[in-house]
Amino acid sequence: MATASDVTVAVLPARRHGGWAAILRRAASLPRGRVGLGLLGLVVAVAVVGPFVAPHSATASIVAPFAGPSRQAILGGDVLGRDVLSRVLDGGWVLLAMAAAATALGVALGTASGIAAGYLQGRPDGIIMRTVDVLLAFPQLVFALLLVSILGPTVWLTVLAVGLSHAPQVARVMRSATLDVSERDFVKATELLGVKRRRIMTEEILPNLVSPLMVEIGLRLTYSIVIIAGLSFLGFGQPPPAPNWGIMINENRQGLVLNPWAVVVPAILIALLTIGASTFTDAVARVTIGIDREAETGAVLAPAAGEEP
Amino acid sequence: MTPPGDVRVDVQGLRIVLAGSSVDVVDDVSFQVRSGELLGLVGESGSGKTTVALALLGHVRRGLEVAAGRVLVGDNDMVKASEQQLQRLRGAEVVYIPQDPASALNPVLRIGTQLTEVFQAHRQVAAAKHLGDPKARLRQTLEEVGLGKTPQLLKAYPHQLSGGQQQRAVLAMAFALRPSVIVLDEPTTALDVTTQRHVLDTVRRLCGAYGVAAVYISHDLAVVGSLANTLTVMYAGKVVESGTTAAVFGRPAHPYTRRLLRAIPSPERSEVLEGIEGQPPHPTRRPRGCDFAPRCPMAAPACSDGPVPVVSLPGGHLVRCLRTKLTTGPDTRHPVQISASRADARDTQLRVSGLSARYGTTEALCDVSLTVGRDQCVALVGESGSGKTTLARCVVGLHTSWSGQVQFRGQDLPRSAQQRRPQVLQAIQYIFQNPYTALNPRKTIGQIIERPLHHFHPSLSRSERDERVTRVLSDVALGPDFWSRHPDQLSGGERQRVAIARALVVSPDLLVCDEITSALDVSVQATIVELLRRLQAERHLSLLFITHNLALVRSIAQTVTVLSGGKVVENGPVKRVFERPENPYTVRLMEDVPKVVRGEQQPRLPAP
Repeated sequence: MATASDVTVAVLPARRHGGWAAILRRAASLPRGRVGLGLLGLVVAVAVVGPFVAPHSATASIVAPFAGPSRQAILGGDVLGRDVLSRVLDGGWVLLAMAAAATALGVALGTASGIAAGYLQGRPDGIIMRTVDVLLAFPQLVFALLLVSILGPTVWLTVLAVGLSHAPQVARVMRSATLDVSERDFVKATELLGVKRRRIMTEEILPNLVSPLMVEIGLRLTYSIVIIAGLSFLGFGQPPPAPNWGIMINENRQGLVLNPWAVVVPAILIALLTIGASTFTDAVARVTIGIDREAETGAVLAPAAGEEP
Repeated sequence: MTPPGDVRVDVQGLRIVLAGSSVDVVDDVSFQVRSGELLGLVGESGSGKTTVALALLGHVRRGLEVAAGRVLVGDNDMVKASEQQLQRLRGAEVVYIPQDPASALNPVLRIGTQLTEVFQAHRQVAAAKHLGDPKARLRQTLEEVGLGKTPQLLKAYPHQLSGGQQQRAVLAMAFALRPSVIVLDEPTTALDVTTQRHVLDTVRRLCGAYGVAAVYISHDLAVVGSLANTLTVMYAGKVVESGTTAAVFGRPAHPYTRRLLRAIPSPERSEVLEGIEGQPPHPTRRPRGCDFAPRCPMAAPACSDGPVPVVSLPGGHLVRCLRTKLTTGPDTRHPVQISASRADARDTQLRVSGLSARYGTTEALCDVSLTVGRDQCVALVGESGSGKTTLARCVVGLHTSWSGQVQFRGQDLPRSAQQRRPQVLQAIQYIFQNPYTALNPRKTIGQIIERPLHHFHPSLSRSERDERVTRVLSDVALGPDFWSRHPDQLSGGERQRVAIARALVVSPDLLVCDEITSALDVSVQATIVELLRRLQAERHLSLLFITHNLALVRSIAQTVTVLSGGKVVENGPVKRVFERPENPYTVRLMEDVPKVVRGEQQPRLPAP
């Protein structure tokens, strides 16, 4: 329309296009983005630096089972008298690495099948989406449990199972985003050149899915942490005696009255991690909504209502 | 015309700024509208005309605030009015008719329900104005807007109505309570010329009959000129010229108004269009002096020194310009006539014969034939739904369910672009209607223009490719600094130039342009059409130019094909079809085109 830009408030200095880095930077500048990033950073720092600063071995019994906090063990002992602090510091990075790997696997698989279904339509769409429907009939945790109990509780199988359980949900979201993008004229313009469909999907469509993709990554990361910790809690994660926040909650819950720290500290860390991840994802989502609106109208809108200073 | 009555709208020194800053969006806007009068508020995208229109309803968009001035509607100051007062006034005393009727109507409520709502919301007003029984008044209103013969429309949902009917329903809602002020924000931009004319007739009749003061906002000077008593021209948030329609059109005194008038294509002459180069300044980057000075051919050093005062010319004609000595005569430009080109189709490039196309079970085209010769521009005109875009899509291979023959250089083309040979795909290039969706927002302009080169000439070296892109960028009058920009940093006109560059970079033989200027302002449209005309001559292109803007056809095409309801109703050289149309449909279409007559009294629309 001649008045498309007239309707919007075209008064802010033109913003850059929404690349990965730009979105992250702007998300981090929102108040909720800062909080989310802070929480995430805190927990990641504990997990990464932890193994190097742990005062004791994570597997050696050094105090009495469920001993309270003492000079030797600041957070007391666990069910086998191992140092809770050392196990907390040592048990994070495996959980984080597993969550990241499962997220990457799930999002990659889901995005690929979602774009294929949305762009190719017809038979591929039918096959992919009906499979997704069947998989979605199982609750995610149950589905992951099912896979792990069939495949066995090793680290990489857990990652595979959790990743696979994400894929159908990601595929759903990416398919609808693809349907929207592939209707736009620039996709048709590339088709008119006779460019191969595979290249259209990777070169024209994928870069335009940055916004939903980033939100999905954040969301799936949050779920991965919860599911992997949950699997560990249920005894389907890493085998003992590996230190793992999920396992720790399970092992030590019988001694909750004697030494609550052994349960509370890993629980708080998992909570902070998921809250951080989802809060930051929320910030990303807010930023990308603004970007999408801008791309549509061809004009610059005010930042998401009152968010930015 | 009813004699002008008392002042109904009085805007004085209105200044609207970005909230919490001193950046003007609208500054020093003043005008008055008397009852029975229609004021045309003219300006291009971003001139602030919609902001002013909304201020008449006491609404300021998020992020903006009124910094100074008053907006009197009747005796009420809309700027100071409380939310409750505004609620009482809106819909009853002052009404707003938006550009897009489809989005103004609630899609899940029947038309009748929505009309009745107006009476329910303003029960006291209806009683005070002695409008009588709401049911009877509703029937009367429908009669007035021309929907009286179809009472079944009340049971219909908005999507079941045509665009014209939707806009009439909105008009009925607006006029239902006999408001004293009505604000129309480009109400016919989305409509066909014929529907547009009917809606405009209705508006004019109702305003005259009930002494309503109307403010009509538009970028289309031809439409406003045929309708308004007085005109107010806005540029970069300021009023640059105001006066009676006859004065502003007959003796335009501001250089901007003069250029704007020259940019309007005329269906009566084939002449070179003059666009306005450059863009209006961004609110944050407005110059100290005259906002138009950077684009003005008559600018003097004094123009950039400081705020320009308003000069009063005889007859209440106001203009914000320092150079009025130069501009106070009638605009005595003699437009360059386009020399008549051959209209014969020598050396046929594209031949469409017996083409029928369908969408599902609906037939969009029926037995359509046309030819485009080398060096020839064929215009394809018709109202929306006439099948002109479908025809274009069949030609380029985007629409595949058709039968008949599409031949390019004597060879039959397969239906789908995917089945066509690369040489054909390269030779026929398509330019999309909407420049805002035609460019991938994640790529730079350089990458976008290179894409077809990569595909059709993979063996080109990097430097050869760069050279071609630079050359085509300069062909479409974009500097090399556009290379690394992204589409969202470009204006609509610049985006459309990029789209043209992308098509031209592979040296096509036939360019299919699908309504490529319909999303652009008049002044930008003129520059794009001129660009295309120049490139066509330089590169010996064949053009299939699709448009609903009949006036534009004379400035670019040699042959015209008129489509209606999927059939060709008339076909022939532009001059003949425009001056002596044979088919009754074409005759009516020509009559409905709003025309600007320069330097004379405006013709009024014939009384209905």
